[in-house]
Amino acid sequence: MSVFLLRRILTLVATLFAASVIIFLVLDALPGNAAQMLMGADASPDAVRALTVKLGLDQPLTVRYLLWIKGMASGDLGNSYVYGTPVAGLIAERLVLTIPLAIMSMLITVVLALTAGIYTAANHNRFGDVGVMSLTQVGIALPNFWFAILLILLFAVKLQLLAAGGFAGWDDGIWPGIKSLLLPAISLAVVQAAILARVTRSAVLEVLREDFVRTARAKGLGKREVLWRHVLRNAMIPVMTVMGLQFANLLAGTIVIENVFYLPGLGRLIFQSIANRDLIVVRNCVMLLAAMVVIVNFVVDVLYAFIDPRIKVANL
Amino acid sequence: MNGSASAPLIEVKDLGVRLNTSRGPAQAVRGVSFSLRRGETLGLVGESGCGKSVTALALMGLLPDSAVVSGSIRLEGSELVGLLDARYCKLRGNRISMIFQEPMTALNPMHTIGRQVAEPLRRHTGCATGEARKQAIALLDRVGLPDAARRVDAYPHQFSGGQRQRITIAMALACQPDVLIADEPTTALDVTIQGQILDLIADLVEERGMSMILISHDLGVIAENVQRMMVMYGGTVVESGETNAVFTRMGHPYTQGLFRARPKLGARKGTRLTTIAGTVPELADLPAGCTFADRCGIVVERCRTALPPAVDVGAGHGVRCIRTDVSMASAPRAGA
Repeated sequence: MSVFLLRRILTLVATLFAASVIIFLVLDALPGNAAQMLMGADASPDAVRALTVKLGLDQPLTVRYLLWIKGMASGDLGNSYVYGTPVAGLIAERLVLTIPLAIMSMLITVVLALTAGIYTAANHNRFGDVGVMSLTQVGIALPNFWFAILLILLFAVKLQLLAAGGFAGWDDGIWPGIKSLLLPAISLAVVQAAILARVTRSAVLEVLREDFVRTARAKGLGKREVLWRHVLRNAMIPVMTVMGLQFANLLAGTIVIENVFYLPGLGRLIFQSIANRDLIVVRNCVMLLAAMVVIVNFVVDVLYAFIDPRIKVANL
Repeated sequence: MNGSASAPLIEVKDLGVRLNTSRGPAQAVRGVSFSLRRGETLGLVGESGCGKSVTALALMGLLPDSAVVSGSIRLEGSELVGLLDARYCKLRGNRISMIFQEPMTALNPMHTIGRQVAEPLRRHTGCATGEARKQAIALLDRVGLPDAARRVDAYPHQFSGGQRQRITIAMALACQPDVLIADEPTTALDVTIQGQILDLIADLVEERGMSMILISHDLGVIAENVQRMMVMYGGTVVESGETNAVFTRMGHPYTQGLFRARPKLGARKGTRLTTIAGTVPELADLPAGCTFADRCGIVVERCRTALPPAVDVGAGHGVRCIRTDVSMASAPRAGA
């Protein structure tokens, strides 16, 4: 187990390093001078030069990269070009919204997908299977922002149950915050759940064809017991793999959905920072998203070993 | 456990199984009848696709939902065909057990072997976890798994094929079943292991007074391990009787062909193996008459009109052929 874990941690660090280099180089290669952008087209060249020095943009590439890494290690990410406040604070403020949103959305995805996937596999080729699978087909084809607008029309405009947008914050307790994140979380979850439901269904069906399922039946277990005790755990590996990949999609989806619902989250911060050429904020936000995706997939890898006893041995 | 010793434990009458295959409905088994007394052993022999495994699965009630079973299967007088699955579950692994062909895939890779062997005990006898575990260790020890007490918490991938087959045998025997169905239990194993596993099964059958149905494509395995045998072809039993009687006087051209087709030790290098001409008929479109007609050396027009009845050629020795007069005049004999 320790060798397995060590190897995964090394992979994790290497991936994060590669991501940081790519993010830094790509943003650095963008045309235009940040100082020029900030001061406007008719600023005096002297003033632009002064700002360039002040922002540290005159330093060589490697020095700037190392300063960034050092800053990340110490928690000092520098100040936003536009707001002038620390980037770390800006991001922290937004994470209070985006992390609960991502968690809620992932939970809804998993609950919907596992229920639908297991139900359809257990009722393979029957009416319920065909019906639910047709629904997932529609779900996959839905753009999430369009579905979000439908949800707003139904729950906010027609039924007036939930707000059409905005975030209530966590100051008045947990419920108002969750309530304002409910529609965005559902919009993000539906498409993902449709895909994950299909993955779950085919994974369960595949395991149902295994010999050990027949053995379990021959021991006197009913179909339902076989499904819960023998099939699901075996079917979880592909399901978890896809869940890990979907997490990246989910974070990308927040950029669009937070804009649809006027939520002051990380996605909206990235969107605005790109529009403002606030590259220092963009760089750190993108790095954070990359780190979240890499870490979630690391956790998935480690969970494999807990689920499947064969994995530990294979990697020792 | 009522009834006299001679009353059959299992009585199968005119069993038919229709399967829905991708090529349309197929009559995988038809007109299979036999009975098995307590402690008796019966062999089912035939090529793949002859219906022997389907017959076994029908006895276990484990055919796919789309399969249509006709006829009757009685266990100590109570009918099993059409039994609700919930009630069948109380018999499976308890009174009728089965060992499968592929020990490598027959065990759940995610559960320890101890848990898997204890599962039928917990299910049918309602004994507690600790007690079931103790019994599982005793069973694993009995089937010859080395160091059972220490390895009970190991996972299937940590065992060899032969060891895994021992584990599945322990699992099948956990609840002291009346009938053990062994479907090609040694086909997937190394030759040296095959004998050990068959000996183990024979010992256990004797020791516990179980009845056994042994399925194999190997005439040698059948000859050495069962009292009575049935030869299946195209879903029907073409020959049945005491193992000795069948091997001394093979009545059906198919049985004879099967016997001639076995590879012989000591044959000169380069000698071609004898085969039966033609291929096994598709179950989806079986001929109207004798299923073996297209491959038979002594076929006549009359063979193709209707399925031949079983002809009695000796005490309890039945042959489903209308030309036994010709076929048995030139029958090969085991040992000859």
